[in-house]
Amino acid sequence: MSRSDRPAPEGLLLNVEHVTMRFGGLFAVKDLSFSARSGEITAVIGPNGAGKTTLFNCITGFYKPQVGRMTLHHPDGEFLLERLDDHAINRRARVARTFQNIRLFAKMSVLENLIVAQHAALMKASVFSLAGLLGLRSYREAERAAVAKARHWLERVGLTELADAEAGSLPYGHQRRLEIARAMCTDPLLLCLDEPAAGLNPRESAELNRLLRSIRDQDGIGLLLIEHDMSVVMEISDQVVVLDYGKKIAEGSPVEIRRDPAVIRAYLGEPDDTELPLTGGASC
Amino acid sequence: MLPAALRDAALAALVAGALALPMLGFRLVDSASGLTLAGRFDLVAWAAGLVFCGRLLIRLLPPLPAFPALPARLGDLRLKAGWAMAAIALILPFLPFADRNLVDKATMVLIYVMLGWGLNIVVGLAGLLDLGFVAFYAVGAYSYALLSQTFGLSFWVCLPLAGVLSAGFGLALGFPVLRLRGDYLAIVTLGFGEIIRVILQNWQDVTGGPNGISGIERPSLFGLSFKAAAPEGRQTFAEFFGLDYSADHRVIFLYFLILALALATNLFTLRIRRLPVGRAWEALRDDEIACRSLGINPTTVKLSAFALGAMFAGFAGSFFATRQGFISPESFTFIESAVILAIVVLGGMGSQIGIVLAALLLVGLPEWFRELQQYRMLAFGGAMVLIMLWKPSGLLSHREPTIRLGNAP
Repeated sequence: MSRSDRPAPEGLLLNVEHVTMRFGGLFAVKDLSFSARSGEITAVIGPNGAGKTTLFNCITGFYKPQVGRMTLHHPDGEFLLERLDDHAINRRARVARTFQNIRLFAKMSVLENLIVAQHAALMKASVFSLAGLLGLRSYREAERAAVAKARHWLERVGLTELADAEAGSLPYGHQRRLEIARAMCTDPLLLCLDEPAAGLNPRESAELNRLLRSIRDQDGIGLLLIEHDMSVVMEISDQVVVLDYGKKIAEGSPVEIRRDPAVIRAYLGEPDDTELPLTGGASC
Repeated sequence: MLPAALRDAALAALVAGALALPMLGFRLVDSASGLTLAGRFDLVAWAAGLVFCGRLLIRLLPPLPAFPALPARLGDLRLKAGWAMAAIALILPFLPFADRNLVDKATMVLIYVMLGWGLNIVVGLAGLLDLGFVAFYAVGAYSYALLSQTFGLSFWVCLPLAGVLSAGFGLALGFPVLRLRGDYLAIVTLGFGEIIRVILQNWQDVTGGPNGISGIERPSLFGLSFKAAAPEGRQTFAEFFGLDYSADHRVIFLYFLILALALATNLFTLRIRRLPVGRAWEALRDDEIACRSLGINPTTVKLSAFALGAMFAGFAGSFFATRQGFISPESFTFIESAVILAIVVLGGMGSQIGIVLAALLLVGLPEWFRELQQYRMLAFGGAMVLIMLWKPSGLLSHREPTIRLGNAP
């Protein structure tokens, strides 16, 4: 844990400053700064290849950016995410994530997926597995608590009936919700969702919106989401950050973003009526 | 359909013919003018013809019937089968038809069951493909032999020490391979197994080199030895219980010893599967990246799997040393690793009962049909191909969840 030099403003959760991630000569994310607040949904949008997933991988520790600082503000201190290992980012800085191509433990049951997410707490209770092997009461109680939390999240995402089914056998929409429940079982302060609505039908998408809003309002944590589906973004996000070619081109409320000329240009391209095609290169 | 099958069969026959020509087609004959080369081209033709017909049959016959479906909820059935097997194993030496030979063979099978259960932790649960498992078996065997001969320690003191030493070697293997998975991991572990064997072979001063170590101390039961005559001031097992001395006592004792060790391994595995470590192993097998995103440190999870798997191999190794009374690097060749891995894969990765069945098939059957020794590898390969065609996920591959919402604690 390391403290940054200035006090955090009220509600500030994640502060990303001048982050640059380069793969060889390609800048996937270039000098990007933005912040996310607790109790808000921050959406990161942008055309394909804009660097959204790279940004996520930097925040959750799967990539280490070459330049920049990412500070997570906790009730009990600040964490510099670029200095932590990926598993420590979840356990200590309490940032959880989901993946664009769902990554469940496919052969394990739904309930087991949620129990594995509580590994750290159970490991502590099992005292190097000794208390667990001997079946001591302290461990049995910890396990009961873990099951209770799993049950709570199963109810929240509506999968209680399927608790003992194999996770890999669930329909796609259920797998998406299970992955969110699993991430929430790690008790995060910041939940990063990589395209949670991808591949969902309109009804499932509406259910997802309800779930994300309930996480924001009931659990009071911050949500950071990458999304392609504009209906989801416009409906639930409190703040939108737009990336194009690894750079931030706009930031603001959904209404502001909808009217922003730079955003329209990035998504729809240059208007056709410009007589000189060569000027199109200036859009970034 | 038919022309395609004919073309396919002709191609297979061509390949078979090309292979058979140098292998079967020529023979050295001792004639008056010294050694001459004689052709046996009829054999080549036979081989090609057989392959042609076989391939044609495979193409034209319907595919193998599906493996009979097992009931969806196997929990109860498995438990019953497990208890039944344990009961049979317990009374086996006292059954009327049980002779020394049978008990000896059963002991051999149990060693492999225990090794299979040990490797199951690494391969079946944690999903780390280990082709050098026999190295830990060797470490266990040599640890006991050397400790007992150098320091005069008894089997019961050496057993845990051998386990700890093997676990240490498991960690030593684990560290360099943390970043590897799948094929690359298999290659490194294969190399590790060979390194251990080559060291044992060449470190003449300590391990006795190819001559091995002989005269290894036999185990005792609470100080009662199983020899014909006890050393000064000690009693033998037969004297203590007022029995006539019989060499069978030791065979039966060794059988129960390995049965207890194997059952302990099984109990441990069943138990640890339900603990956070065991669940993390299985989660790691399914998706390492997801594990890391959930705050699980893959380093400790992998190392614990390597160390615990190796520990059980170490126990089995010291049992092997005390049973044989003689060990040499010959006993720890790559083929042993391959057999243990085959047991785990054939049994259905992660299935405890499957491993017992596979060990009976792969170790028990060849022991009983020793006359057919020549054909052993042929049958081995054939059985593997059949299993892969028929039931690619192993004999018993159904997985029971470690916890259910219904009967949560």
